[in-house]
Amino acid sequence: MPRISVKVDGVTYDDDVEPRLLLVHYLRDWLGKVGTPIGCDTTNCGACTVLMDGSSVKSCSVLAVQADGSEVTTIEGLAADGQMHPMQKSFHEEHALQCGYCTPGMILAATDLLRDNPNPSDDEIRDGLEGNLCRCTGYQNIVRAVRRAAAEMTESAAATDPKEARV
Amino acid sequence: MIPAQFEYTAPTTVDEAVSALAQGGEEAKVLAGGQSLMPLLRLRLAYPELLVDLNRVAELRGVRDEGDSLVIGAMTTHHTVVRDPLVNQHCALIALATATVADPAVRHRGTFGGSLAHADPAGDLPAVTVALDAEMIATGPNGQRTIPAGEFFADYLTSTLQPGEILVGVRVPKLAGWGFHYEKFNRVAQAWAVVGVAAAVRRANGNIAEARVGLTNMGATPVRARAVESAVQGTQAAPAALHEAASQAAEGTHPPSDLHGQADYRRHLAQVLTGRALAAAARV
Repeated sequence: MPRISVKVDGVTYDDDVEPRLLLVHYLRDWLGKVGTPIGCDTTNCGACTVLMDGSSVKSCSVLAVQADGSEVTTIEGLAADGQMHPMQKSFHEEHALQCGYCTPGMILAATDLLRDNPNPSDDEIRDGLEGNLCRCTGYQNIVRAVRRAAAEMTESAAATDPKEARV
Repeated sequence: MIPAQFEYTAPTTVDEAVSALAQGGEEAKVLAGGQSLMPLLRLRLAYPELLVDLNRVAELRGVRDEGDSLVIGAMTTHHTVVRDPLVNQHCALIALATATVADPAVRHRGTFGGSLAHADPAGDLPAVTVALDAEMIATGPNGQRTIPAGEFFADYLTSTLQPGEILVGVRVPKLAGWGFHYEKFNRVAQAWAVVGVAAAVRRANGNIAEARVGLTNMGATPVRARAVESAVQGTQAAPAALHEAASQAAEGTHPPSDLHGQADYRRHLAQVLTGRALAAAARV
């Protein structure tokens, strides 16, 4: 079995894995990172979205062995020093979740969107999150939350040394 | 579901990949971005014995300038293609169409060559390569050869790549002074195009000097709307004339009937979307 070394939420793991092991199963079943849910099985819904080397990917469509040497961020690794990431905080403040199943993927896809485009319009937010489905159809508040996080992150980035600005 | 068992190898050069594929024989399958293959493995619609993963073959990534043409490495991700300055400058149709492929997370993994080798007539990029008269560059045990895009797509999910061959890149002619548009009709981001139209138009003195039109999901392979191309040549670059020419878009096509639309609906869509695509490409 191939041996992989993956850094997940800041911790490096070395494991021998079957080639067919999906990244999402590795995260959940091997590392206990059950904050990453499995939604659809078909690369559609985006619930299992994580950041791999900074870019959003659907972890049901990546093999664990392909993550060898990569750095993966799940929803469980987004908060720092006990403080919620601004995107998590905005989802909380704007009530951007109902059942919560899509939320980890939404939040990670949204942070990736802001990395590319720190000040997106509502349309750009909807485009950026088009790979993430909310079965409760709570999109209005999700868009509000991303807008709010963008404003807060831009503000805090301007107030601090740009090198220390987050995501 | 969990995929069936397979062996896995991740070569770092094309030569290694070709050898690995040869050793695996008929039961080996190339893994590119995996955004189509992984769901097929999960659903157990595909069960190869060996996956040859090209993700670590650095020479297959990136876009290079070859004078009159660009060569897009097969493993260049959609995300990179959309932003690539050379593609945007010389073959903007590819960037426009690629930006409509699925969603950002899929575009981070999915690759230009992977979508073409998959040969799904409902994929956006096959029709674009056919419209642009691109050439596919394949490497196999007997060396390298080029295949015109028009001869690359043999049937539904079937290309003319030979067993053991890998699509390594695509040569796309630079089209200076042309206008482009990709018009796609689909229900949601992740759905395939019900119908898509790739249009390239060259204007001269207020008329259409030349046009090329490729159709997505209007048959088992991507097709050129040759009747439209002939009809539009020399006409005025005005919406009415372009829509009139577009009424021939479905000629000679054999569109599928499925959950998303019947064949006659697709024929209708092809005409409407071709008119829009031509008008947008001609900037009228």
